[in-house]
Amino acid sequence: MKDVNVPALVVFVLFFALVTVMGFLASRWRRADNAAHLDEWGLGGRSFGTWVTWFLLGGDLYTAYTFVAVPAAVYATGAAGFFAVPYTIIAYPLVFLFLPRLWSVSRVHGYITPADFVRGRYGSRPLSLVVALTGILATMPYIALQLVGIQAVLDVLGVGGGENANWFVKDLPLFIAFGVLAAYTYSSGLRAPALIAFVKDALVYIVIIVAVIYIPIRLGGYGHIFDSVAQHFKEVKTGSLTVPDNKQWTYATLGLGSAMALFMYPHSVTGVLASKSRNTVRRNMAIMPAYSLMLGLLALLGFMAIAAGVGKGVKGFNAQLSVPQLFANMFPDWFTGVAFAAIGIGALVPAAIMSIAAANLFTRNVYKEWLKPAATPADETRIAKLVSLLVKVGALVFVLGMDKQAAINLQLLGGLWILQTFVAIVGGLFTRWFHHWALFAGWAAGMVYGTWKAYGIASPATKHFGGNAAEIPGIGEIGYIGLTAFVLNLVVSVVLTLVLRAVKAPDGPDETKPSDYSAEAGDEELKNAPEPVAAH
Amino acid sequence: MPSDPPTVDDVAPEPAGRHIPAVTPERVLAGLALLVPIVAMLWVSSYNKSEPAVAGTPFFYWYQLLWVPVSAVFTVTAYLLINRDEKARKAAGQGGAR
Repeated sequence: MKDVNVPALVVFVLFFALVTVMGFLASRWRRADNAAHLDEWGLGGRSFGTWVTWFLLGGDLYTAYTFVAVPAAVYATGAAGFFAVPYTIIAYPLVFLFLPRLWSVSRVHGYITPADFVRGRYGSRPLSLVVALTGILATMPYIALQLVGIQAVLDVLGVGGGENANWFVKDLPLFIAFGVLAAYTYSSGLRAPALIAFVKDALVYIVIIVAVIYIPIRLGGYGHIFDSVAQHFKEVKTGSLTVPDNKQWTYATLGLGSAMALFMYPHSVTGVLASKSRNTVRRNMAIMPAYSLMLGLLALLGFMAIAAGVGKGVKGFNAQLSVPQLFANMFPDWFTGVAFAAIGIGALVPAAIMSIAAANLFTRNVYKEWLKPAATPADETRIAKLVSLLVKVGALVFVLGMDKQAAINLQLLGGLWILQTFVAIVGGLFTRWFHHWALFAGWAAGMVYGTWKAYGIASPATKHFGGNAAEIPGIGEIGYIGLTAFVLNLVVSVVLTLVLRAVKAPDGPDETKPSDYSAEAGDEELKNAPEPVAAH
Repeated sequence: MPSDPPTVDDVAPEPAGRHIPAVTPERVLAGLALLVPIVAMLWVSSYNKSEPAVAGTPFFYWYQLLWVPVSAVFTVTAYLLINRDEKARKAAGQGGAR
């Protein structure tokens, strides 16, 4: 059994206490008059400017799980795990094209979730419902994985009692962390993670910059690091320093598919809609790459862990512990505490935003749409707050009760699933040509195909859902299943739309008009538009 | 629920002033600026090699890391171009049909 690293633990707990206080105080930050409205709790009053949005989105998209999983993938497979870098490079130019339109139309009509937009654009309740449910389904395991990030840190810190402790003592720190998180999310809504994101991102930047300078100095420079990695891969044969020829398609399709999926996630949309203007969204697409650079450097830490001999000779060493263990081996204890605080707080921010996004989806697109159409904005806020608690309890039960591997499998599936809402959402931002039943069928085809293909993939860790790449029919290369499913989804949507238009199938009403998609804060049109309160 | 009749995107509202076509040089250039980083990253075989290494770091890694700031420059360019385009549209009284 390991000893507890006391100085690191003290620093960790201090930072944790600091952000807890900030989380509760956040409810007073920029408080609006109409606190009962869901726009306030669920979107921070749609008031965030360029810098707050930048911190919020950074805190939202680059999660603790990312910090642990990306270098873990590089540690285990080398170049193939580096796809996270092209993925984040592609993402921002790609979404630059359509996110401003989503912001504008959502602002004009008071949409809070992507499913709200689908409801308004196509006038279709079933399509809106499946978009909402896909979002909730994809978000839940993602929240659960944030816990895995905290667990990894606690493990290395030596708290959590090790294998032999009883389950309650072992998981007590996790209970405390999530209890606190749930409480301030409940009371402060999106303002809490927005404020805490400042601390999180600052800590992350400091830790990464120190790590990529200090650790290579101690390891004898980057040349030496890559030499030992090459040597290591020659021995273990699990990875390589460049992508093997038959994996190049996988590398590219994973990057593209993940980039397309990124802003389909409800929590990303929440971060975007919380900004105060269309131009704020655009500006952020230009400055978000600062985080991508950080992610790329972070990925290299996986190689440093190899060079430092982390996990060397340990049978069944969990790759996810490689970077936390590297920090613990390399840094002085107090700075290890800072680094672990960055990861721990890095879990809290996205977990809060994800639970808010899932709660918004449930409240708007399931509760109000199907269960209680007469719900007032105050009812909506009340329900959303309660659901945000339930979602987190669900995630906790999930991680503690089920196999951790199940959470990882489901998160991989989540990316594949959420990508299937792309045609309906992004298609709808540019054209009303698609028929809503065709989109529904396309979505169903993509979901079934993707899930079925993923089910058939085994890995050493798991019998099913062990990966995300399979042969692309007709091309013969190995590619990301989610992207193949997306292409199938698109083809089905196009073909069925042609058929349905040919037989003149009745279409739903569209409550948006072309100029809604270019509305900017301060426009005359927006002043006359129904305020968010009056939407629907 | 408002029940407006279905509208189609290409039926733009009557322009109030001077007409600006949907395709302008600014929009085309902005589109290209956004496309360049995407194509560069998807073209894996162009950078899937170890040499030339810089300070011991194989080409594969430093090249992709270099693309992060380069892609940001392209996105900023697109941002400036689109801003100009929208201002022109606003001035023409169309409110930007984008």
